[in-house]
Amino acid sequence: MTYPKPSFNAAIPVIPVASPPAKPPLLPELGRHAKACVSVGAPPVLTLLVLLVAWQALVGDSYAGLPSPKQVWLESKDLILHPFYDNGGVDKGLFWHVFTSLKRVGIGFSISAVCGVLLGVFVGSNRWAHRGLDPIFQVLRTVPPLAWLPISLAAFHQANPSALFVIFITAIWPIIINTAVGVRNIPSDYVNVARVLRLSPVEYFFKILLPATTPYIFTGLRIGIGMSWLAIVASEMLLGGVGIGFFIWDQYNASRIADIIVALAWVGMTGFFLDRLVALIGHFVSRGNAVS
Amino acid sequence: MAKAYLSIENVGVTFAKGAVRSEVLTGIDLKIEKGEFVSIIGHSGCGKSTLLNVVAGLTPVTTGAVILDKQEVNAPGPDRAVVFQNHSLLPWLSVRENVALAVDKVFGGTKSGAERRDWTLHNLELVKMTHALDKRPSEISGGMKQRVGIARALAMEPKVLLLDEPFGALDALTRAHLQDSVMEIHAALRNTVLMITHDVDEATLLSDRIVMMTNGPRACVGQVMDVPLARPRDRLAVAEHPTYVHARAAVIEFLYARRAA
Repeated sequence: MTYPKPSFNAAIPVIPVASPPAKPPLLPELGRHAKACVSVGAPPVLTLLVLLVAWQALVGDSYAGLPSPKQVWLESKDLILHPFYDNGGVDKGLFWHVFTSLKRVGIGFSISAVCGVLLGVFVGSNRWAHRGLDPIFQVLRTVPPLAWLPISLAAFHQANPSALFVIFITAIWPIIINTAVGVRNIPSDYVNVARVLRLSPVEYFFKILLPATTPYIFTGLRIGIGMSWLAIVASEMLLGGVGIGFFIWDQYNASRIADIIVALAWVGMTGFFLDRLVALIGHFVSRGNAVS
Repeated sequence: MAKAYLSIENVGVTFAKGAVRSEVLTGIDLKIEKGEFVSIIGHSGCGKSTLLNVVAGLTPVTTGAVILDKQEVNAPGPDRAVVFQNHSLLPWLSVRENVALAVDKVFGGTKSGAERRDWTLHNLELVKMTHALDKRPSEISGGMKQRVGIARALAMEPKVLLLDEPFGALDALTRAHLQDSVMEIHAALRNTVLMITHDVDEATLLSDRIVMMTNGPRACVGQVMDVPLARPRDRLAVAEHPTYVHARAAVIEFLYARRAA
């Protein structure tokens, strides 16, 4: 299983063809940086503007179904401008809703990361474990997050542990499967080096196995964190309380569609941020040696 | 009769994959004295590397035994350090760390931390790699990686140094440099070396003896030839030397003329 990497290669800085000779030497340098920034930042901003204009043109101000961007701004200005307010209860700014959801994801995902890597190492290094467990994992990983919710509610009887379990069970499969693939793909040369050096199993685990599988593990973690963010929003919709998922459901019941759109933007940007964060950690942990 | 330092006695290796059994090596007998440099040459797929892996302990024997310094080989160990064909340095460690991993493991109980650091540096000096101590394997050339691989093997102070086609993946000029380095190191340290190669010139230039293997399956030792050239050998000087020319011709004759029939 591989993960399509979004390509974030900075555009090649545009070199000015001929800088005017009258300018001091610092300015062309600054100009080049500015141009680089513009060439990276301008396309997404322009695309966004075009989409907003198209949206406005299609929906108009009639408010038959979806609000237009202009209406979103007018109706949800407070929500957009004040993400940090807190009036107690569930009447909080979006930052606090997202923060609560992130805490849940943080706990559930951490547990599944630890369990997933350990299980993945076990499945990857033991042929019979692989034969026995891999088919089961392959089936279970296709179960949608929300399908786990009734089972987890039946098991835990409480909203919070149920939400955590759903995150855990959603995120763990890609972590297990990718870790196992990584362990099975450790080059035999590294294994031979370990054998010639007579590394103990513990030394082998920390000095060969973990570093060699780090890129695979982080591929699994990236898929896992994305899926757990999908799961949290869905499960909070059903469970209630503070959290971005519940907020969206609450606003739907209050027919405040504009607020939902603002919340969607927060959900999307948070998911993007999580993905980049895990990728960044992976980059540093594998010391830039990522193979996949 | 006194036992040889490294003795390969009637070694046979059979791989079984399901019901299919393939006999790769059969009846290999070879005695190697301390300080000797022996090459094993043969066509691709004849089982040279399998033989080296048997000596390394990475591949178990089906019949026979390997005895090194009066002890039977039945598992891999640092007394039989291997320089692998594709360097097999760990890419997440720097040059220094790759060698230090071996030094710390082998001498963790006998040398102090400072002694181990010095020993690591000393071995990297032997292969002239001290200029790239903190580079990662991906940042240095193929020849340099192989030098580090040799340093890592030497640093284990092995009883026998096993070279598995160490220069096979290198260009001719780099290969010549590394061959000279290996000869210098061998002259200085007098290690016992067993080298796998398919390069006739390499075998003739470096070896005290050349072991020629027949084609597999069921490969065995076809012929063993001494190369009685004085050391140190200079590649330019020996190229015209009658002993060298004769030895080289004999190997080529064995590999191409006799096997073609």
